[in-house]
Amino acid sequence: MSPGAKQIFNADEIRRALVRIAHEIAERNEGVRDVVLIGIRRRGVPLAERIATALADFEGQQVPVGHLDITLYRDDLSRRSTTPRLQKTTIHTDITGRVVVLVDDVLYTGRTIRAALDALADLGRPGRIQLAVLVDRGHRELPIRADFVGKNVPTARDEQVEVRLHEVDNEPDTVLIVRQDM
Amino acid sequence: MQLQTSATQNAESNQERRRHVFDLDDFSRAEIEEVLDTTESMKEILSREIKQVPTLRGKTIVNMFFEESTRTRISFELAARSLSAGVINFSGRGTSVEKGESLVDTVRTLQSLGADVLVIRHSQSGTPYLVAQHFQGSVINAGDGCHAHPTQALLDLFTIREKLGHIDQLKVVIIGDILHSRVARSNLWGLTKMGARVTLCAPPTLFGAARFWQAAWPTINISYNLDEALDGADVIMALRLQKERQQAGLLPSLREYSRFFALTDERLDYARDHALVMHPGPMNEGVEIMPEVALSSHSVISDQVANGVAVRMALLYLFTT
Repeated sequence: MSPGAKQIFNADEIRRALVRIAHEIAERNEGVRDVVLIGIRRRGVPLAERIATALADFEGQQVPVGHLDITLYRDDLSRRSTTPRLQKTTIHTDITGRVVVLVDDVLYTGRTIRAALDALADLGRPGRIQLAVLVDRGHRELPIRADFVGKNVPTARDEQVEVRLHEVDNEPDTVLIVRQDM
Repeated sequence: MQLQTSATQNAESNQERRRHVFDLDDFSRAEIEEVLDTTESMKEILSREIKQVPTLRGKTIVNMFFEESTRTRISFELAARSLSAGVINFSGRGTSVEKGESLVDTVRTLQSLGADVLVIRHSQSGTPYLVAQHFQGSVINAGDGCHAHPTQALLDLFTIREKLGHIDQLKVVIIGDILHSRVARSNLWGLTKMGARVTLCAPPTLFGAARFWQAAWPTINISYNLDEALDGADVIMALRLQKERQQAGLLPSLREYSRFFALTDERLDYARDHALVMHPGPMNEGVEIMPEVALSSHSVISDQVANGVAVRMALLYLFTT
């Protein structure tokens, strides 16, 4: 851990938060019959998979999981000096009429979710869209809020929330707040 | 000098983003792979019911085609539309070009009118480099003279990788009018960078000086005998034979050319069982390729056309956003 970094979630806490979110999803939707989990690339994907595993555990039902790349829907492409690497969107289920639960690691300005909502609208017409995030750090720039939150973490704008997941980062699961040294 | 600087700037990847696509000579293998990976993502978009994403909304792409074209122009247009860009087609006919406006003035005019990307095809080799010097946006070469046709080469590379899983170490045979082929030149850059073993096959008159080819691409083989060249081939690319070549005295007759260099069913037996047959189009069926070969299970000619849209979307996304 770099100096100035503060851990806000360890691996066990991440696991418990995701299990709780899974329970809340099942409760809110009276089961998971119509639920489709869609992870936003990159770290929303393993989180969605983990929630699906938890749901399979206690609901005894395999919930479909899709992967969504929102790069092409971003509103800041022409402001960036490098083009972000594009990855594939893979959603094998028809989302029309279903309950789509979008899954992402950190909710911040809300712009990623705005892009994801636009992307979903091009892919079908879900009956309902809900949002699950591991960390809500505040500072919204758009009228968007999460339905399921692992942890609300007050942050300053010059701090960074870093999520590490073993599937993506080859490091033990953790969430850190890092103060940027300017 | 100017040209060289822009080419070296292009090659330095991460910091300075590439803005133009002139040819594949200044692409690294990693950059080509990035284009091919991005193309895969774009293909997924084209498989959707709504084949459009908002990425280039508000941008204007001008297709400047000073030479006729069906598939390249239409696929650039479809690519631009799928990314929500505005598209203007410009052919020279019915414009101030007919009143004698120079190419450079035309480009300046398009600049002032707010064009963001110029896609240019021109019979004069090097035109895209000249155009880029007078244009602040991106320039994409859609074929210049006998020099380069990078988007065709990239869609060929993508089709090979999609069908055979990889490009490295494959034996690729390019047949026909190599001397005049911009498709062959761009493919030579792309294929050799990706590790393919390339054999060029044509009558000596359609090579020009054979030494030139091996000086530019030292790893390639040259053959004057199609049956030998096809032995063990994984990929076979037939090039269009322009009928003017015979009038220019480079060939005794089209019939004779066809007898020795046309891709026939019997000749396909020399290639590997999984061999792909490719053609950049438009085809002269019965001259460089027999209709039954173009329609055979080896043929991926229609895949090439379909992949062209996704490849051009990838280039527009990577270099013009």
